[in-house]
Amino acid sequence: MLQGITSEAFILGCSAIGAGLAMIAGIGPGIGQGHAAARAAEAVGRQPEAQGDIVRTMLLGQAVAETTGIYGLVIAIILLFVRPLLTAYLNL
Amino acid sequence: MKIEIAMKLFGKDILIPDSIVNSFIIVIILSIFAIVVNSKIKKAKLDDKPSGLLNFMEAVVGTINGLVKDTMGLKNMFFAPYITTLILYLAVANLFGLLGFTPPTSDYSVTLSLALITFTLTQIFRFKSLGFLGYFKSFADPAFLTPLNVIGELANPVSLSFRLFGNILSGVIIMGLLYSALGYFAPIITPVLHGYFDVFSGLLQTFIFAMLTMIFISSAME
Repeated sequence: MLQGITSEAFILGCSAIGAGLAMIAGIGPGIGQGHAAARAAEAVGRQPEAQGDIVRTMLLGQAVAETTGIYGLVIAIILLFVRPLLTAYLNL
Repeated sequence: MKIEIAMKLFGKDILIPDSIVNSFIIVIILSIFAIVVNSKIKKAKLDDKPSGLLNFMEAVVGTINGLVKDTMGLKNMFFAPYITTLILYLAVANLFGLLGFTPPTSDYSVTLSLALITFTLTQIFRFKSLGFLGYFKSFADPAFLTPLNVIGELANPVSLSFRLFGNILSGVIIMGLLYSALGYFAPIITPVLHGYFDVFSGLLQTFIFAMLTMIFISSAME
């Protein structure tokens, strides 16, 4: 049973679970950016001489759409390496 | 290789972390580079074709001037030197990981400072073009959406800084884990990953940061 777990170990374990759950936010940019790339490929197929402009616009839009995935990554990195909840518990 | 500075100033211990020391090094390198290019320009004759370093620098300045003209319009060309400085600093800073040092942009304080410069510029130009009362009224466009407008305006520098920080830091962490896991066999797959994380992602994030800065400032001026 859960008798031998210290509080610090419990907090660290829950931080690790939280970091894993935060990375589920990576699904969104994957789907969205793939959809945008499909539309860009279609546009290049329809007008091959505008390829430079189309690729530049697509890269700009994809970098902005990736932001929410990066938010999840930053939360996961902070939970794993900075361990703020452990610090908050030890200062309690 | 980490270079840190730990010194005592006025009786207090000050520690400057390695990413900030790398930022100082980049500023010194870019200043020396600018002095070298300047002395070459002064010695060049106007009628000859430019060669070597001057040719490359003319191509860079011409491209960035074209970018500023397309995004911000012809009457805002006075922004081109600031955008050129931003692009040169960010390109060298993001590519610093190729040399084995920690890139300065993997520290959140550096990216937050750059995003706050953009935020200050945006608010100043919005203030100038709307006047004192119009600036505050522009947030209360539909009156019940005021908190949403304010938060949307504050979210711009936050997302700008986090985008650059997250991209570069994730590259640094993954490369660090790979090097410590593979030891001597690392050079089999790390060059490809360096090419993606440092070269492609670094240059793309530079371009995105500059383009978003220009778009924010030019949209605040209307």
